[in-house]
Amino acid sequence: MATTGTPTNITQGSKTKGGIGESTLRPDGTLKVTGEFAYSSDMWHEDMLWGQTLRSTVAHAEIKSIDISEAVAMPGVYAVLTYDDLPTEVKNYGLEIQDTPVLAHGKVRHHGEPVALVAADHPETARRAAAKIKIEYAELPVITDEASATAPDAVLVHEGRDDHHIGHVPHPNIVHRQPIVRGDADEAAKRADVIVKGEYTFGMQDQAFLGPESGLAVPSEDGGVELYVATQWLHSDLKQIAPVLGLPEEKVRMTLSGVGGAFGGREDISMQIHACLLALRTGKPVKIVYNRFESFFGHVHRHPAKLYYEHGATKDGKLTHMKCKIVLDGGAYASASPAVVGNASSLSVGPYVIDDVDIEAIALYTNNPPCGAMRGFGAVQACFAYEAQMDKLAAKLGIDPVEFRQLNAMEQGTLLPTGQPVDSPAPVAELLRRVKARPLPPEQQWVTAGEQADVRALPGGLSNTTHGEGVVRGIGYAVGIKNVGFSEGFDDYSTAKVRVEVINGEAVATVHTAMAEVGQGGITVHAQIARTELGVTQVTIHPADTQVGSAGSTSASRQTYVTGGAVKNTCEHVREAVLEIGRRKFGSYHPAWATAELLLEGGKVVTDGGEVLADLADVLEDEAVELELEWRHRPTVAFDLRTGQGNGHVQYSFAAHRAVVEVDTELGLVKVVELSVAQDVGKALNPLSVVGQIQGGTTQGLGVAVMEEIIVDPKTAKVRNPSFTDYLIPTILDTPTIPVDVLELADEHAPYGLRGIGEAPTLSSTPAVLAAIRNATGLELNRTPVRPEHLTGTESS
Amino acid sequence: MRVNFTVNGRKQEADDVWEGESLLYVLRERMGLPGSKNACEQGECGSCTVRLDGVPVCSCLVAAGQVEGREVVTVEGLADYAKHREDAHPGGGCASGACGTSIDAAQRWQAKPLDGQTGEAGALSPIQQAFIDAGAVQCGFCTPGLLVAADELLERNASPSDQDIREALSGNLCRCTGYEKILDAVRLAAARQEEAV
Ligand code: FES
Ligand code: FES
Repeated sequence: MATTGTPTNITQGSKTKGGIGESTLRPDGTLKVTGEFAYSSDMWHEDMLWGQTLRSTVAHAEIKSIDISEAVAMPGVYAVLTYDDLPTEVKNYGLEIQDTPVLAHGKVRHHGEPVALVAADHPETARRAAAKIKIEYAELPVITDEASATAPDAVLVHEGRDDHHIGHVPHPNIVHRQPIVRGDADEAAKRADVIVKGEYTFGMQDQAFLGPESGLAVPSEDGGVELYVATQWLHSDLKQIAPVLGLPEEKVRMTLSGVGGAFGGREDISMQIHACLLALRTGKPVKIVYNRFESFFGHVHRHPAKLYYEHGATKDGKLTHMKCKIVLDGGAYASASPAVVGNASSLSVGPYVIDDVDIEAIALYTNNPPCGAMRGFGAVQACFAYEAQMDKLAAKLGIDPVEFRQLNAMEQGTLLPTGQPVDSPAPVAELLRRVKARPLPPEQQWVTAGEQADVRALPGGLSNTTHGEGVVRGIGYAVGIKNVGFSEGFDDYSTAKVRVEVINGEAVATVHTAMAEVGQGGITVHAQIARTELGVTQVTIHPADTQVGSAGSTSASRQTYVTGGAVKNTCEHVREAVLEIGRRKFGSYHPAWATAELLLEGGKVVTDGGEVLADLADVLEDEAVELELEWRHRPTVAFDLRTGQGNGHVQYSFAAHRAVVEVDTELGLVKVVELSVAQDVGKALNPLSVVGQIQGGTTQGLGVAVMEEIIVDPKTAKVRNPSFTDYLIPTILDTPTIPVDVLELADEHAPYGLRGIGEAPTLSSTPAVLAAIRNATGLELNRTPVRPEHLTGTESS
Repeated sequence: MRVNFTVNGRKQEADDVWEGESLLYVLRERMGLPGSKNACEQGECGSCTVRLDGVPVCSCLVAAGQVEGREVVTVEGLADYAKHREDAHPGGGCASGACGTSIDAAQRWQAKPLDGQTGEAGALSPIQQAFIDAGAVQCGFCTPGLLVAADELLERNASPSDQDIREALSGNLCRCTGYEKILDAVRLAAARQEEAV
């Protein structure tokens, strides 16, 4: 209590260290660099068994019979389960529509669908036993595209649909449809001096997180189960798992184990239910770890898409109208398709002012691999197409492509096609200006002082197949808009439990949420928020589990906004409670307790004028303050199903890219020399992490521009390249320097003014690279990824 | 079969090893050393990189039987390994790794010709500290493999150019970072190493 009687002025230096706006380091960093951090695939239990999934080898078939007798008889095998072993009437799960069978029943609808499960004492025994299960299939014709899906006599992927989307679609093989009509596009088209049309194809991208789907299920004494798993949303998993197991939610206790990346690919259930079923059946802990091959079948992918666009513009460069149809292939099960349709349609015009639009987006049911969430979520595909259109229009009008975009750039107040105003800063023109103003990287970096070219700097690198003869440079630009958070009326809340107490004479805080830390750095930011709001240095982040209320998903760029907002809000209430204790104890010592605005800083109670009133430790003594509160951002509404009108989104984030590429036109090889990016983040809570997120997102966009694609055989709907040998993701040699320019224009509606940042950089990266390749080669290039055969004109099909 | 080998300086014996088991499996599931990661188990991602008699290898591609009588260093032993290297070649003085070079300075840092300088000691190896400081760790799944590869690079080449770093790490995939901060981390470790001389 030494300070209470003798107020002193606090200096700047006594502000709490490690608060928001600082590049504090990850609390899990040391564990991660020493190999001690426990990822889900590292879980281990004495006496545990290994689970293995048997997956269908065909895409669409009736299951005639399953014979497990040989597998069951193998030594070391503890259980073999099929659909018939499911314990309750609930046999399906799903994020929005419960159409995904835990194990196939009667029919398989895509290549790699789970059909049976094995538990054994060695992973190899489990694999061999699974291989001994005999399944007889009667193959059915496969539906692989819009034409085969919507033919009047098409086989239905799901007969007897009973979800609420079915009423709004023209064919049962369409999962969801969202038209958006505003103004009169036909009328406005008459004002156009030029009209461009384009048909674009976006390939199927994979999240390719490095940590495989994995986890450990441990049966508990009360008949329930404990599940340690890598996921993006514990409570959403719980809601889908418990009913299938026939257990009340309290009996399924989930704890987040270390997550090796996610990017949307862990939003759906993978091995969770399977491990629990095997554990409950055998009475032993069961661990499942997918290998990379299985991982490609174990999660949904980014929707491949066909996009048909028409834009018009006047000769002075103003956009007149836009019409588009976006066809997303959702594959065999719905996953997040309805929401992806909502995003693709509502963001299909991009960050531009166009009053007259006619839009339709649909997602198909097919026998292709199921598609769902991936970073950028529907906005990525649209951005690829509308940015190509902008370049085409600019070229036709003879206007510089950046200038053309700036002429039409949205600003704060611009209406989206849904009629919703963008009510926060929208610095689209400025972001473009910034990437354009950046000095260009030097040309022909392979030319060295001596005679010998430095082949490492050439497209193709050390393969040493050229000395630069056919290499041309190109520059391209793109910009995009992404919504933040869950839209269309979803109750997108989060919960935080915060405790402050005195330990060893120092006030410390504990933050407990169910937020999935998937690598994005949420735990770092939560500690920063608690330090800022509570003025303590020591913050412990409690492991994420289902003992606290839902945090919602670590996706949609929402977690810092929503769970960060929940932590902030709970801290504010905790602070009030702490100050109340202070007033009670010390109120009579100093009038400021009653009259001044009080803050907690550097472990002390201070006035907004900087006067110290008390030590936090003295206020609390042995009292602890703990609160658990839910927090919501402002509500949204569903889009009208016929017109698409409605205030469906919460917030937007914007990024612009400039790509510089060098293309070897003889070999069809592309080297991205530089990919610079400018993004508005509202407020950078942790600048180091912000830049890391932007660079990571940019690289995933680069990947889908030039190499990443899951190739599905159009005749059989089988996946051809489920491996890191054949599905390529960028290496450090494929990835250029990524200079990042961060803008901080606060969104007054968001905590600290922040904007979700994770997804926006994935949008414009791809079209910028494509624009640069077009600029270098003069080719039209309407599909992504671009492959050598597209550049050399040797494409076979 | 039984396999005898040294892991992180300690003699180990693994019994009942099935012929098809990889070194990665033996390390993770039998030795209780899960630091080496299992991201592809097909030699494509580098997450499982360890040093086998000093040479970086994908432990998922090494049959357990092949390591009989040999020496393995995993990420769990990296700090110790760097320390012993330091004991053998004293000279570095940066115990925590945090000896004054900022990331900005490291980014401006230019590679110099090879001078045979090696690493320095600390609770964490300099490359481990640099990965944390530079923000090169996000989900961290790629990190152990990258650390082993980067440490070997710096042992061999104390002043790597960006091209050298890219070549040395081209067998290690990272899905989160976009690699820029990984480059920063290697530059930072190299710069600190140089300053410490
Ligand atoms: S796990 Fe060994 S290289 Fe990928
Ligand atoms: S793979 Fe996640 S940090 Fe590299």
